[in-house]
Amino acid sequence: MGGYDDELTRPLEGALEASTSEGATSPAVGRDEWVARHGDNRARRGGPLGTLEERLRVVPWWAWLTLFVTAASLVPVFSDSGYVRRVAFDIAIYMLLALGLNVVVGWGGLLDLGYVAFYGIGAYAYALLSSDHYGVHLPSLVSIPLVVVIGAIVGFLVGLPSRRLTGDYLAIVTLFFLQLFLTVTTNGDDIFGHNVTGGADGILRLDPLNLFGHNLPVSSGGGIFNVAYLYVVLAAFVVVFVALRFVNLSRTGRAWRSLREDPLAAEVMGMPVNWLKLMSFSFGAAIAALSGTFVSALNASVFPLSFSFPLLITIYTMVILGGAGSQAGVVIGAILIGTLLEVLRDPGNSRVLFYAVIVLGLLAALRLSLRLAVVLGGLFVFGLVVHVVAGSIDHGWVNGSGGSGGQVADFMARWVVVPSAPAGWISPVSYITLVVMALILTLLRGWVRLVVLVPVLYLAAFVWENVMLAHPEPTRYIILGVLLISLMILRPSGLLGEKRVEII
Amino acid sequence: MRFRDRLAIRVDTFIQLTLNGLTLGSVYALIALGYSLVYGILKLLNFAHGDVFMVGTFIGFGALRLLGGSSSPVVPVWLLLTLMTLAAMGGCALLGVGIERFAYRPLRDAPRIAPLISALGVSFFIAYSMQLMFGADLKNYDTFSMDNGALYFKGFNIGSVRVDLIRIITIGAAFVMMILLWLLVTRTRLGKAMRATSHDREAAAMMGIDIDKVIVFAFVLGSALAGAAGVLFALRIPTYATIGFLIGLKGFTAAVIGGIGSIPGALAGGLVLGFAESYTQGYVSTRWSDLFVFLILILFLLFRPQGLLGKADIRKV
Repeated sequence: MGGYDDELTRPLEGALEASTSEGATSPAVGRDEWVARHGDNRARRGGPLGTLEERLRVVPWWAWLTLFVTAASLVPVFSDSGYVRRVAFDIAIYMLLALGLNVVVGWGGLLDLGYVAFYGIGAYAYALLSSDHYGVHLPSLVSIPLVVVIGAIVGFLVGLPSRRLTGDYLAIVTLFFLQLFLTVTTNGDDIFGHNVTGGADGILRLDPLNLFGHNLPVSSGGGIFNVAYLYVVLAAFVVVFVALRFVNLSRTGRAWRSLREDPLAAEVMGMPVNWLKLMSFSFGAAIAALSGTFVSALNASVFPLSFSFPLLITIYTMVILGGAGSQAGVVIGAILIGTLLEVLRDPGNSRVLFYAVIVLGLLAALRLSLRLAVVLGGLFVFGLVVHVVAGSIDHGWVNGSGGSGGQVADFMARWVVVPSAPAGWISPVSYITLVVMALILTLLRGWVRLVVLVPVLYLAAFVWENVMLAHPEPTRYIILGVLLISLMILRPSGLLGEKRVEII
Repeated sequence: MRFRDRLAIRVDTFIQLTLNGLTLGSVYALIALGYSLVYGILKLLNFAHGDVFMVGTFIGFGALRLLGGSSSPVVPVWLLLTLMTLAAMGGCALLGVGIERFAYRPLRDAPRIAPLISALGVSFFIAYSMQLMFGADLKNYDTFSMDNGALYFKGFNIGSVRVDLIRIITIGAAFVMMILLWLLVTRTRLGKAMRATSHDREAAAMMGIDIDKVIVFAFVLGSALAGAAGVLFALRIPTYATIGFLIGLKGFTAAVIGGIGSIPGALAGGLVLGFAESYTQGYVSTRWSDLFVFLILILFLLFRPQGLLGKADIRKV
């Protein structure tokens, strides 16, 4: 019973540290003392990493936020490429969207699958309020708050029929709402003879943002992305982040968390459960609508298909990866996934990323050990042998082009089998085999697992080079799907999410 | 035009739409059954079910190709259709077991939102895996070339409305499968175990029922039905890799309308949905049928959340 003493003494130490570092002995109002102390009872990492973690924990949240926003606004200073700036803008939009979804999923504990519909509603509302479509041209300082209110109201209405129902029904109603949004926008060019949404062609030629009487042109000369839009979104991000921070610390925020942990208990304690649910719904919808305005203003157009199921899954993956419930977490998730999706667009970059992830993943799973050396060495030799054997049977099996050049590609051309003219059955067979073997791998233990790991990794490289690099679009989504499943199973709290405290 | 002629056209249109609704509804009912079976036992909304259906349509397509294509199959047409359906059922059953084992079982005791999110991931993974392997284009069974169009030309008439063989096959096969499932659930030991588990999982476990086996079996049954529904559906309508989202949504709506967890309810809900869609397409507009289905769903959730044939859920604390 080595851990027994630790368990007895640790709470005391935790309490002492809490009192010295924060100068207060009692937890904040509304926090259970035991739960409050639980945070200090976490097992800490030893060594310099643990010390670093402790130091970083003391830095207040607003310092992190300032640091982060400063760094983000320096992006245009360091890079004058329109592409990088545009990606920065997209990621900033993702951060806003993730913050909004975090309110619903992370704090409210509700599964809102119509989230991107609210994003779309924001975009469309902005389009109708500032374009020639109806000849309405409101200044942005009027139209944006109006759109946000519209988003909140629609969110409220969509949540309304589900107020009595459990999470599953809410999920299906919201998912159907998303489908309905797509139906309405796609067919909205003929509603009783009126062209409301422009149908599949969308609405074009929207006004740019207009702040204090000045138009912000979408591109600053030569069609290059206007950096002002990045700053506008970052400003909105700061406002939303801080506002949500305070909401979360308020009575409402506490009520949301209790609702998430146990709706029934919350109801018994006299909390207005339905009202709280609808509120978190509205908050999320309003933030999504807000993000929609910026995007449609920058693109100067809206189309129905920009707001479909894949985008929903993308934002969900961001929130889950970062850690539902943690504001900083979902922002990090948005940055990571946004960057990942961008990197995967380019075959050269995504190849490097793929092998880096495999090597780093092995390093993380096996540490610097004999097993790591065995797996990596085995993989290297296995690949060379397969390559030589395949090449000696038929040279056409190995002389396929490996896409763009570079050292990684050159090495891979000698290691992975890339047929010059792969037969049609190769891609389904190799892909299905890879999936099945990867699943079987999760059931194996010990040395068998390591032995099977080598051919699976080689097969993964084969599939990557031959199938996935040629189809970046499904590949991105497959990666998101796998990420979602494995995160839910292995680490449901994500990178920075709160671990649930079970009180029995 | 004389009144009698106009009336005759009205009646014909109605019969035609009813027939459409019945065909569509029987496919929805098969899908709804899969949702109901799993929901009844696990209380899990299996988002990936629509994609299992989609995989069924693709397996049917693959089997059709392997057997020589629709214009020159190596086996008689009836055997071709049977083999396609069986292949889809078998393949989907395997897929369903895999999904349960690797995506849902590890999360069985997690908070309720966790398996739902995992299910979203599974749905996404399956849809885009199929797109990666087989492309995003439409896969058409081209049933019309089977046996020189016999599936469309044979059949009988109601008034002047043609009931073609392919509809008879779709509706007949769906109803046969539902009856078989009904017998399985009400008359066999395994069915009894399923009912017991859906009633109270813990108590059933204490009575010596192997819960894992029952759950796997529910997935096998549900997914096989989805596979069959896939082939029956794709006989008439071309399929594609991301079709599962919409069809799954409709199937689940049918399950909710009928009363989730109930087998006759799934049938009733599927038919209600099929008719609603067919009549709105015929009498109102083809574009807005989704809107009407959504309104029906909302009305049910507001006024009869337990569905047509479901029992009101009492929450135990």
